[in-house]
Amino acid sequence: MVKKIYFQSIFFSFFFIKEAFAAESGGMPQLNPEFWVSQIFWLILTFGIMYLVLSKLILPKISNNLESRKSQILENIEAAEKQREDSNAKLKEYDEIISKSKLEANSIFNQAREKALKDIGAKREVLDKQIDNEIAGAEKEIDALRKNAPDKINKIAIETSSELLQKLIGAEVNNSSISAIVDDLSKRNGDKYYGN
Amino acid sequence: MAANPMSQFDVYRIGPEIKVGAFDISFTNASLFMILSTVSILLIFNLGSKKNSILPNKIQLLAELSYTFVSKMISDTAGSKAKPYFAFIFSLFMFVLFCNMFGMIPYTFTVTSHIIVTFVLAAFIFIGVTVIGFIKHGFGYLKLFVPSGVPAVLLPLIVVIEIISYLSRPISLSVRLFANMMAGHTMMKVFGGFVISLGIVGGWLPLSFSVALTGLEILVAFLQAYVFAILTCIYLNDALNLHH
Repeated sequence: MVKKIYFQSIFFSFFFIKEAFAAESGGMPQLNPEFWVSQIFWLILTFGIMYLVLSKLILPKISNNLESRKSQILENIEAAEKQREDSNAKLKEYDEIISKSKLEANSIFNQAREKALKDIGAKREVLDKQIDNEIAGAEKEIDALRKNAPDKINKIAIETSSELLQKLIGAEVNNSSISAIVDDLSKRNGDKYYGN
Repeated sequence: MAANPMSQFDVYRIGPEIKVGAFDISFTNASLFMILSTVSILLIFNLGSKKNSILPNKIQLLAELSYTFVSKMISDTAGSKAKPYFAFIFSLFMFVLFCNMFGMIPYTFTVTSHIIVTFVLAAFIFIGVTVIGFIKHGFGYLKLFVPSGVPAVLLPLIVVIEIISYLSRPISLSVRLFANMMAGHTMMKVFGGFVISLGIVGGWLPLSFSVALTGLEILVAFLQAYVFAILTCIYLNDALNLHH
């Protein structure tokens, strides 16, 4: 109900307002030619001055600003690109140096090892030779000693036997007969004594 | 305050009457708002172009965005040949935009709501475009009225229609802007009048309309400036790049 009254009052008031407007309205001021010339004059004057100032002074400056910013940004991008390339090249160089020095270090190490091995080998050979020589000398000596041993033993046996015989018998015994016996014994039992 | 919604369009003299010969060129409220618009345009764009910093401040950004907006509009519709006319179209767009926007402030005068102002602008554009067309193409510009691919029987009719549509360009251009501005402002004034006459009880409805209309009118103010400029670009395109 309240709503209805509200909208009705709005609706009816339109009529009053329209009447009020109709009473006062005197057509469109736009079609009154009184100030047309003045408006044209001031339009041309203000628009003309604005156009001249904008086209001669302000717009070139703005376009200049835009251009310079664009070029500066492009330059900066180019510089950044160049620096990146440079740093990439430097990185490559650095990597190369590192790999090269690694190789060098490896080769130096290998050489040193080889040299050390060679030295060791040479020294070992020399030592081996020396040892061999000494062993050979010792063997020879032993051989010589071994060869001489039966004779000496025989001699000792002969002398001891002759002395024993002399003491036992009291008479001189011919050395040659004793030696014959010893020789005979040693020949027969030599192998047993010397382990040959 | 006059209740007549048309009284906001009244032009009245400010200061003494100035006469040159038979012509009255007195300083009026229309002149005042023309000067206000142009001065604010020059002020804003002068401030916006003064410093050239890589990172623009707000006013510089505004100036540069407007510049790129208009230059993109021109190159999109009229191509690269329209570059010499950039300054004119930029001034035109800014002038119409600022006049429209100044009209949105209460108690101000809307310069573009007067048919004579918009008609002078439109007539100047029309004459200028026609002159440019004839300079660029000579009498070949008349081929504009003869579209290609039309059967010979229809040709006389089509040519007449084309000529009429060409000649009505200044009228349609000027009336579009003027009528939009006048209708919008009148409507706002009418609804504003309702707010007063309906009082505290019924005034809220027209008030909400008025608020909504203000937003719409700001949109229209921008849109009509844009339409005015882009139609100029299209006419210029016809004159520069004859397609027929």
